[in-house]
Amino acid sequence: MKQTMMWRWLAACLALLALTWGAALRAEPKAPDVLVKEISDEVIEQLKQHPIKTDADMNEWLAYVEQRVLPHFDFERMTMLAVGQPWRQATPEQRKRLTQEFKTLLVRTYANALREYRDEKLEFKPLRMAPGDKTVRVSSMVIRPGSEPIAIDYVMELKNDGWKVFDVVVAGVSLVTSYRSTFGQEIQAKGIDGLIQTLAEKNARGETMPADTAKQG
Amino acid sequence: MNKRTHAIAAIAACVAMSGCATSQPSNPKDPWEGFNRAMFQINDALDTVVIRPAAVVYDNVLPSPVKTGVGNFFSNLGDLGNAANNLLQGKPQAALNDLVRFAFNSTWGLLGVLDVASEAGLPKHNEDFGQTLAVWGVGDGPYLVLPLFGGHNLRDTAALPVDYYSDPTTYVEGDAAKYSFKAAEIVVKRAELLPADRATEGQIIDKYAQMRDVYFQRREYQIYDGNPPIKYEDFDGNGASNGGTH
Repeated sequence: MKQTMMWRWLAACLALLALTWGAALRAEPKAPDVLVKEISDEVIEQLKQHPIKTDADMNEWLAYVEQRVLPHFDFERMTMLAVGQPWRQATPEQRKRLTQEFKTLLVRTYANALREYRDEKLEFKPLRMAPGDKTVRVSSMVIRPGSEPIAIDYVMELKNDGWKVFDVVVAGVSLVTSYRSTFGQEIQAKGIDGLIQTLAEKNARGETMPADTAKQG
Repeated sequence: MNKRTHAIAAIAACVAMSGCATSQPSNPKDPWEGFNRAMFQINDALDTVVIRPAAVVYDNVLPSPVKTGVGNFFSNLGDLGNAANNLLQGKPQAALNDLVRFAFNSTWGLLGVLDVASEAGLPKHNEDFGQTLAVWGVGDGPYLVLPLFGGHNLRDTAALPVDYYSDPTTYVEGDAAKYSFKAAEIVVKRAELLPADRATEGQIIDKYAQMRDVYFQRREYQIYDGNPPIKYEDFDGNGASNGGTH
């Protein structure tokens, strides 16, 4: 009898702890600009220590990116924005597979872009955000000597588990919506499954590094 | 058949194929897609065979500081056009910024080889007459791929001669020198795009459509000086799950 009482008390304590914890987490997700800056700094530091030179390096990098960077992206929303109108007609299974293939494509592009990193400097513009905003744009600048700075904007949305990136805009070009008419064309010609197949083929072919990048670096 | 008829047949086949493939234009701003695709293929072939290889050689052979200096040199000449266009767009402060940049970099920056102005906090702008026309309210018009000059909307196409005559290299004495300058400028600018090439290699479904859409987005961004109004739609059919996105 006494033991059950104690267990109940303990359980109540734990529940209370979990509640306050949850509330604390929900009340203060990391600010979006802080989040982007921290991850960018971490990635650049990682790049300096482990430059991508071989296929093996690339695979290690993909694993690292999967673990450290991708959790902060909302790939389903990115895929929806890339596909546009036909997304409405896609079945849940098709949406899942589209998201998977588009994610692979974006991650590959991202990893290839990282290979091009020399020693550009990254600067962040002050965040413009009103209290209560659920969507923000975090603006950064890649400063390269001898050419116009390149603006990279991360468009983010506040979700239950923190701020998630759903678009990356490089020099004014959205990595997501700039796919829309190509995808639309493909869907018109071959249907949604056709687009999934085309993407899967591209991804399978992209598994090794492009030939003429090997001598770079 | 001799070589020439082969070539003509090949071009005709290109035009015919792209004509068939595009009975329905995939973008309302691109009503001449059949013609544009054919022209794009010619430009793309020229790029693959001549311009890109030259850019790759330039990129691989020269050490980084030299490339930076060459890039700065052409960038500095462009600041005069930037100043004029900013003035025409009613942005005198930006125009002054560009003029001071040019004055600084041409003198302390050793004829523009060093970009001392950026380090002094005078940012580089990117303006052209097409953007000026847009600010004046001229509509964009259909997309048109020109030989050599690539894809532009009609407004930007009409603006090209103005940009050409406001580029100082146009006034270099002697044709050989002038066209060497122009060719060098093309190679240098192409070399700057090589990283983007490599990052997207093998992942593009339709290069023509992708480059066209990138052009549209990029122009919008430039016209609005980096702050275009962007809306993100919701195609989920269930607004609640994506609430607060507009």
